[in-house]
Amino acid sequence: MKRTGSQTSRVPFWRDIRVLRWVAQFVFLMAVIALILWAISNYRQRGMIFSYSFLDKEASFDLAEGIEFEPTDSYARAFLVGVLNTIRVAVVGIIFATLLGLFTGISRLSGNWLLSKIATVYIEIIRNTPLLVQLFFLYFAVILKLPKLSTAVILPGPAYLSNRGIVAPWPRLAEAFRLWWPFLLLALGAAIVLIVIRRRSQARLGRPGIRAVWVFAAFVLIPLAGWFIVPGRPLWLDIPELIQKSGGVIKVEGGITLSSEFTALLLGLVIYTGAYIAEVVRAGLQSVAKGQTEAARAQGFTNGQIIRLIVLPQALRVIIPPLISQYLNLTKNSSLAIAIGFLDLYAVSQTMLNQSGRVVEVFFMIMGSYLAISLTISLIMNIVNKRMQIVER
Amino acid sequence: MEPSDIPPPRVEVGVLGWLKKNLFSPWYNALLTIASLAFVVFVVRVVLRWALFSARWEVVTINIKVFMIGRYPASEAWRVIASLGIVLVLAALTWFFRKAKGRPIRRWLVLAWIASFPVIGILLRGFGEDNPFMPRVSAEVWSGLLLTLVLAIVGIVASFPIGVLMALGRRSRLPVIRVLCTIYIETIRGVPLISVLFMSQLMLPLFLPPQIRLATVMRALVGITLFSSAYTAENVRGGLAAVPRGQYEAAQAVGLNKALMMILIVLPQALRNVIPAIVGQFTALFKDTTLVVIVGLLELLGIGKAVTGQKQFIGLHQEVYFFVAVLFFICCYLMSYGSRRLEKKLGVGER
Repeated sequence: MKRTGSQTSRVPFWRDIRVLRWVAQFVFLMAVIALILWAISNYRQRGMIFSYSFLDKEASFDLAEGIEFEPTDSYARAFLVGVLNTIRVAVVGIIFATLLGLFTGISRLSGNWLLSKIATVYIEIIRNTPLLVQLFFLYFAVILKLPKLSTAVILPGPAYLSNRGIVAPWPRLAEAFRLWWPFLLLALGAAIVLIVIRRRSQARLGRPGIRAVWVFAAFVLIPLAGWFIVPGRPLWLDIPELIQKSGGVIKVEGGITLSSEFTALLLGLVIYTGAYIAEVVRAGLQSVAKGQTEAARAQGFTNGQIIRLIVLPQALRVIIPPLISQYLNLTKNSSLAIAIGFLDLYAVSQTMLNQSGRVVEVFFMIMGSYLAISLTISLIMNIVNKRMQIVER
Repeated sequence: MEPSDIPPPRVEVGVLGWLKKNLFSPWYNALLTIASLAFVVFVVRVVLRWALFSARWEVVTINIKVFMIGRYPASEAWRVIASLGIVLVLAALTWFFRKAKGRPIRRWLVLAWIASFPVIGILLRGFGEDNPFMPRVSAEVWSGLLLTLVLAIVGIVASFPIGVLMALGRRSRLPVIRVLCTIYIETIRGVPLISVLFMSQLMLPLFLPPQIRLATVMRALVGITLFSSAYTAENVRGGLAAVPRGQYEAAQAVGLNKALMMILIVLPQALRNVIPAIVGQFTALFKDTTLVVIVGLLELLGIGKAVTGQKQFIGLHQEVYFFVAVLFFICCYLMSYGSRRLEKKLGVGER
């Protein structure tokens, strides 16, 4: 658009919308900056400083959960312990919540009246009570009320369920794993090659040349063959044992220990988020028009094919975006750990804060960590989402 | 005999037919039904046996007043009941006149609702320290279900105007305003509520001049409002996006300026669209108020925690938390039921 000088000069600058816009933005920005400066000056007046030098200092508190930590380690390492604990509970929680949500969501749509009613009742109860109440109930009223370790409930495995948490068998790497892992790599490579060949042939001929079973077989058979070729066992099962120590103290040795706090938090997050994911899954499946299934059946697709090729690709497009926000919610909700004493990033920060008195610094670390974790999850899931959206065409 | 006269096979209709169709065919469904039935029987048996025989419910019945108003002085409890009465009367009137659209009574009701806030605030807080009629009840002793309700209602009401402004800011064509609003909204939505509460409890006082001292409850309210307003903003933004383009164009065509267009044309439609979402958000906030227990306030869950510490009731976590959960469930279920009804009535998403 061309403007002549006379037109511009006819509008005085105080009524020129372009000028006014810049003035408005400038005033707004100045107001925000003034507010921040005012806050900082109040902060300074109290004689507070802003420095992260405390991170290198000795923490002098103990952390009972997560990677190894000594009271002589630094604050920075303490924070790392917290971050890793949060990531651990979030990742495990996301996996199990997805499985539970998927199962419940499908159950709710099931033709079996009883199953669908059970799913509905579960979803309604969980969604209409606060997560923190559920966590309190799980921790104080269920897990801490379990029998003591000496009289622990023994589950098949054996796994020991007591008020100190769960101790379960766990596979560990043995010496022979050095010889075995090349087989794993080979299996992965073979599976990838087969998938690429399938894709190519699908694009060229319109049908996959190799059946999907072969991909699966390559992935399972090669490591299995390796298992028998390699001398000795590459993995061994670490089975926990109850040991009576001198003085009547009972201890568990071996296996993997999930502390009662971790168990309660994980269970709580999985049960809570699972109910929300179930609703997401149900909405997604219901969003696929009935005519799609009927048309597929009319064309002679089998039930499995209908679900795999027709319903899921369309449903996933609807499911994934709200699923991302459920994953983010689970991660954020893991901060409730502090109420039941699990040492996640927030709980460790609180301890750091009490020890060092550095409120603002610790606060920025908390915010930064959660934002970073949230962004990472969003990023990964958005990539998945993009791939799904391509299927749409 | 005409084909239509043949009665349907006996097992296709009636109770047996229903059972067969919904529970026992094909064969794997029958297995599923039996497994589910076993599960239900097990759960119901465990819960009933506990609730009827082994649970000691006197911890709840004796403390029922504590759960409701907590440490609010017992002699002043009538003020809480009076506040509840005001709300109930207003709600009943609103329901009674729900069909009277456009009549002046509706306008009066809206004004009465708005006026009820300061009235209830004064009623709960009282006047001076030694006022004979209504002595001051400091916000520090508000607790129990009362505090839960105060936090949730004040939180959602206070966050509403901020949220609307933020939503407008995020849709603004002025880049500085848009970027600042977006940063605010996305930062708050990216972090847990507990970290925002942490900020309002511990950090906020450091950034205020020393002469301003906020009570713990007030600081929690600031945190809840800041947190909630980001979510309100996103809800309102969704409502704004749902207003058809033609509405903006028509408003401009009749010569309204930007502000009038927003106030008279766009916002009324956008806000009507977001009512169900706001009710949903209120339910979420109502549940989220439990988090203030972590910063040391005694709302319903906090009172529950305190009750389990009473000497004669030590260790009765199951009864107490079960009761708290049931209370929350009743409130939240009613609200989400109401929200669904409202959604149907307003026909959101049906146009």
